[in-house]
Amino acid sequence: MIKLKVNGRERSFDGDPDMPLLWYLRDELSMTGTKFGCGIGQCGACTVHRNGEAIRSCSTSMKELAGKTVVTIEGLSPTGDHPLQKAWAQGNVPQCGYCQTGQIMQAAVLLKKIKKPSDKEIEDGMAGNICRCGTYQRIRAAIKTAAKEMA
Amino acid sequence: MSIQNIDNVTRRNFIGGMFSASAFVLATDLLPQFAWGDTNENHGKAAAAALKPSLYLGLEPDGTVFIVTHRSEMGTGIRTTLPMVAADEMEADWSKVKIEQAIGDERYGDQNTDGSKSIRGSFVPFREAGAAARLMLTRAAAAQWKVPESECSAVNHVVTHTPSGKKLGYGELAVAAGKLPVPKSSELKLKARSEWRYIGHTAKDPKAIADMKDITSGKAIFGMDAKVEGMVYASIERPPVMGGKVQSLDDKAALQVKGVSQTVSIPPFKPPYTFQPLGGVAVVANSTWAAFQGRKKLKVEWNNGDNATHDSERYKAELLETAKKPGKVVRNLGDVDAAFSKGKIVEASYYVPLLAHATMEPPVAIASFKDGKVEAWVPTQNPQAVQDTVAKALGIKVSDVTCHVTLLGGGFGRKSKPDYVAEAALISKSVGKPVKVVWTREDDIKFDYYHAVAGMYHKASLDDKGKVTGWLHRSVFPSISSMNDEKSLYGFDVEYGMGLNDMPFDIPNQRAENGPAKAHVRIGWLRSVANIYHVFSGLSFADELAHAAGRDSLEYQLELLGAGKVLNLEAQGVGKYWNYGESLDRYPFDTRRLRKVLEIAADKSGWGKKKSGNGWGMGVAVARSFTSYVAAVVEVEVDKAGKIRIPKSYMVVDAGTVVNPERVVSQFEGAAVMGAGIALTGEISLADGRVQQGNFNNYQVPRMAQAPIQTDVHIVESNELPGGVGEPGVPPYVPAFANAVFAATGKRVRELPFSKAKLV
Repeated sequence: MIKLKVNGRERSFDGDPDMPLLWYLRDELSMTGTKFGCGIGQCGACTVHRNGEAIRSCSTSMKELAGKTVVTIEGLSPTGDHPLQKAWAQGNVPQCGYCQTGQIMQAAVLLKKIKKPSDKEIEDGMAGNICRCGTYQRIRAAIKTAAKEMA
Repeated sequence: MSIQNIDNVTRRNFIGGMFSASAFVLATDLLPQFAWGDTNENHGKAAAAALKPSLYLGLEPDGTVFIVTHRSEMGTGIRTTLPMVAADEMEADWSKVKIEQAIGDERYGDQNTDGSKSIRGSFVPFREAGAAARLMLTRAAAAQWKVPESECSAVNHVVTHTPSGKKLGYGELAVAAGKLPVPKSSELKLKARSEWRYIGHTAKDPKAIADMKDITSGKAIFGMDAKVEGMVYASIERPPVMGGKVQSLDDKAALQVKGVSQTVSIPPFKPPYTFQPLGGVAVVANSTWAAFQGRKKLKVEWNNGDNATHDSERYKAELLETAKKPGKVVRNLGDVDAAFSKGKIVEASYYVPLLAHATMEPPVAIASFKDGKVEAWVPTQNPQAVQDTVAKALGIKVSDVTCHVTLLGGGFGRKSKPDYVAEAALISKSVGKPVKVVWTREDDIKFDYYHAVAGMYHKASLDDKGKVTGWLHRSVFPSISSMNDEKSLYGFDVEYGMGLNDMPFDIPNQRAENGPAKAHVRIGWLRSVANIYHVFSGLSFADELAHAAGRDSLEYQLELLGAGKVLNLEAQGVGKYWNYGESLDRYPFDTRRLRKVLEIAADKSGWGKKKSGNGWGMGVAVARSFTSYVAAVVEVEVDKAGKIRIPKSYMVVDAGTVVNPERVVSQFEGAAVMGAGIALTGEISLADGRVQQGNFNNYQVPRMAQAPIQTDVHIVESNELPGGVGEPGVPPYVPAFANAVFAATGKRVRELPFSKAKLV
């Protein structure tokens, strides 16, 4: 039995301990805001927070989550208006939108660590997140907008 | 663009008489448990409304307007943009508009969301739907007040009797208006451009993208997120070589995996491959993960068939060799051979490899077979093709297939081909439960309908003033037509009319030829299609000629275009010009518009103000595609290690009348990124008939630092008919980028991707 906390709620899991967190969130908890993009930690669409760090849930197995706290996009802000979510809307960032929850979760950790990131720090911090529609320049701008609001 | 829909879209008049409420089968019993969230499908709401002047629109007595989007949302914003058109003509209050996503239904006409034609094809019917509603509401109010219709005006959800100042809200009038006859097209008075409140403007509230809040909060429902009651999951092991078949199967170990219930064989396709599944063995389980694990334990031996010796390196050499020989003539103007007998001759060969779509959401589909009927929930660009393909695969009637359209996590042409839905339907029929087929990223990269690999050869003659007197362009590529004809060796007018026989330069002697090539993988269309290779080679070669003539590339491209005029391509050596399915009367090919976008691009980018070289350079290219005119200027920095950075790009677009300029800008920003990726790292290759790439580690797409850092998009103000927007940004971007690399380094990259070239 693996005990963990997801978005503030205690959960216990007794399935395959090698199953990645992604499939637990999506198939068992029906939290589908965390996306399947590559399965090998290459694209960042599945990014969630484990004890405040950004991780790729597609390649983090359930056994690595015992006693840990997980936050997904559904738990980032109860009303969906985290400064990043607001900045995303203000800058009309998404196109198809599929990667954007992972982008926002990654950016949230970036801004926690670096209050006012430079362009280079944004590029480095977001390097693991792919957007195939090509919204990068708006992601960059939205992160700066959110950083200003959070300052 | 699909094979079936390359002819002019039949513009059916949807106003009046075509709708009957009973014809809509409400299929709510299987609506996914969590599937729609706030991204509500609103299925059947417009049709059930009190006032329904059109298939596309319904008004309820509470004032809610349901506007149907029959096109698929894959990132262009069309779910927002089409309703803006109808809402504007209706004079609807945008805050009262709800969007209904249409199921697949032939009554909507063409629903295939590709070819950059949603607005081109639907602008008029959506305006008429809104105008009909406005007129019926006005008439209902006039009748209630017993005043002449001409004394009433409808503005922002309210009808006012101007002389008395009496007002009635749209909701209050819905029932009475719904009893009136639907006006004919000829009775409708469309608003003047100056009266547009949504068309050409961008809403400042979050409604600029209707699904914004759902997307940023994780509530948006893509195909990957849909669920239905009692659903099981399947993952499919497919033949590693195109056309291969299962020779032997041992599924004992797979069936031992916890959660796996059974395996299902999927028969190989009968050539030609069309939209049929590739075949293979499906592992069915109670979770996605269990299906993946079971699949890994399958022991399958394959009979690989004829394509098992296919090798991309050898094939490349063959394409480039074929391109040096005369081919089928697809354009012939003047006498190229005579022109080549004098002056300075320049020749060059170009190559573009196979490309995969790699949508962020891999292909995925839910299908439920029950009582001889199929209901499917799919991220598809083409729900009617889903109906046709599933019906054919299962031997049932098209009308017995219902296709719900979810949001798409990217499309780019991949999700026009519903092979993955037929897989789900076949498995569902076999297991007797709803089935969700999930493609892994590896499945997506290895079993795509690839953008064609192409070898091109160019030759030109220059007179002593550097003027081009003759131009030859030969192109050799496995054609999309191999989809419907396995013996196909040549392209067809759609591929020719994308940068090969519609090359816009005013050169007196021109010939375009197409040489033979056999397809060894499934070939499909990818955002901007054959323009990718034709415009890359054509506009790179134009830059080569400018260099050979000692001229500035932008000035030279303007000179090649000549003074500018409406081209009569068919009289200028083109047998049949498809013009993106449009008539040349409505959508003429006007090189003045190409000149204009180039001139604006020169101005916006400060072209020529800084000298290229020493690792910095600017490149330019211009092209008309999908009836729109686009110039791209790309600025690059190449460091001493050969690493490329793109600090700034400029895109100037004349797409005629634009409905949602903010989304147009985003499409061109995105096209710059996709173009940069095609140029930098895009390559699918095969050895022993097997695709060598499988995920984003070896099929690399741009990340933030490799992507253009800042793309400025300028939209030319125009009253012309709306043109395409989703695709036209890609074609000029790729050669503009290559020309910039040449300007910066002196290295001409004629073979993509750049990652294989030595730049320093």
